[in-house]
Amino acid sequence: MNLIMHLRINADRVIRLLLLGYLALVFFFIFTPIVTSIIFSFNSERFPTIPLGSFTWKWYQTIYADADVWEAAKTSIVVAISTSILATLIGFCTAYTDFRYQFRGKNSYLVLALLPPTIPLIILALAMLAWFSRLGISGKIWTIVIAHTVLCAPFAMAVIRLRLQQMDPDLESAAWNLGASEWAAMRNIVVPFTKSAIISALCLTMAVSFDEFAVAWFVSGLNKTIPVIILEILQGNIDPQINAIGTFVFVTSITLVIIAQLFFILRSPKQPTHV
Amino acid sequence: MTWRLPVIVWQLLFFVGPLLFMIAMSFFLVKNYRMVEAFEMTSWIKMFGKGYFWDSYFFTLALAAWATIVATCVAFPAAFGLAFKVSDGTRRWIIFLLIIPFFTSYLVRTFSWYVILAESGVINNILGYIGLGPYTMLNTRFGTMVGYMTLTLPLVIILQTLSMANVDKNLIEAAQNLGAGRFQVICKVIIPSAKVGLIIGAVFCFILSFGDFVAPYYLGGSKPPTLSILIIDTTKSGQQWPRAAVVAVMMTTTLMIVAFTAIKLAYSKKT
Repeated sequence: MNLIMHLRINADRVIRLLLLGYLALVFFFIFTPIVTSIIFSFNSERFPTIPLGSFTWKWYQTIYADADVWEAAKTSIVVAISTSILATLIGFCTAYTDFRYQFRGKNSYLVLALLPPTIPLIILALAMLAWFSRLGISGKIWTIVIAHTVLCAPFAMAVIRLRLQQMDPDLESAAWNLGASEWAAMRNIVVPFTKSAIISALCLTMAVSFDEFAVAWFVSGLNKTIPVIILEILQGNIDPQINAIGTFVFVTSITLVIIAQLFFILRSPKQPTHV
Repeated sequence: MTWRLPVIVWQLLFFVGPLLFMIAMSFFLVKNYRMVEAFEMTSWIKMFGKGYFWDSYFFTLALAAWATIVATCVAFPAAFGLAFKVSDGTRRWIIFLLIIPFFTSYLVRTFSWYVILAESGVINNILGYIGLGPYTMLNTRFGTMVGYMTLTLPLVIILQTLSMANVDKNLIEAAQNLGAGRFQVICKVIIPSAKVGLIIGAVFCFILSFGDFVAPYYLGGSKPPTLSILIIDTTKSGQQWPRAAVVAVMMTTTLMIVAFTAIKLAYSKKT
């Protein structure tokens, strides 16, 4: 009996090690392309080989000197910021509606609000392009903003809805009973309570928009964003510039995601006092 | 109503509107390189009569199905390890790490794989030192699959991990106390309890692979083109928007059938 127990515990240990080793392998697969691109962005050889060439800044200097890249960066930033504000606003409305109200057709309402990420980007891209052309507004920067907002709002909704889950639903009615208007209750209770989630949502949607290429490629016309530039370089030859731009985008997005995470994790732990 | 109305109007105008217009567009005509609004079956008949459309259709379907099977099987042991063999704190950190790929450009990661897998790329380079290769990995199904996994694996692992971590630990202990072996516990307790999450992970993998054009184009060599590449070709070079719309409507319909079937399966009572 003792021996069997002993064997079982040993087998458990072996299985655990095997699983963790496997996990490490999967992580290696997932992070290889990311690490490779960062390394090769500093590599002097045009065609990446092992052993590496010497350290260089030249790909960064190339993109720094490229007016198209600057123009695209400007477009990307404008689009990402506008998208994040609009998407977070819409996400907030949806999340609050879901939290506060019961009404007929609520399920259809939620499906309508949450469906966009399940439609393949290329289909959304074609549909948006055709629709904007029909409305006669294609090729404007703000059409990218509209398209990205549709895409990003569900993510903002999810983040804010999770936070609202932690709010005591009676808190708001208490404020109304004490004579606060709906707007005052919203401004003084709901918004402060969800502030961390709102900041998270702003960062996340900004990062998603900053990275999106399919819809932006179809809709953008002459106003190219950074990912569209990457796509165009990719269609040409092997060009390590991609690694440099990619690393730049990576650093930007990751900064945004980390800020989002920090606000999500460090959100005020103290629950509001019950009334 | 103040909170509902703006969202409804926005979604109708910029989400439902474009999709409905795309369906309508599939019945339009193209005359002298210009699109004319009409209600004709021309594009549908044209596309359905083309052998290459059906080649693409079944090729894309098969690729996405393979990607779903591969991702589900590759992710499962990893998610299992994460759900049961590490502490809660470690798991949270690892899930945070798994979110990072979503915010690195998929295009750049694909380009990295291109460089790694190429005939004179990193892998063949290293293999060359021990006298192996070169192997052709680009422009093959293998290349496409590597791309699909880059796109979908992190998400599938996260969804599987979350669903398995939520399996009631008492249930597992009860099964063990009743004498169930490891394999039995996995098949009879964990997989049925985590079914919804496992299936949702698979569905997302299918949707993403089915719609992706980057992996099959840059790593798979686009022979034959997948449906999404077909959409790009017909829109960008051919100006045949109605035909592209036909392809898109077919894709959406297929995805909806797959998703609904899967969700039905996920919530069915039978295990």
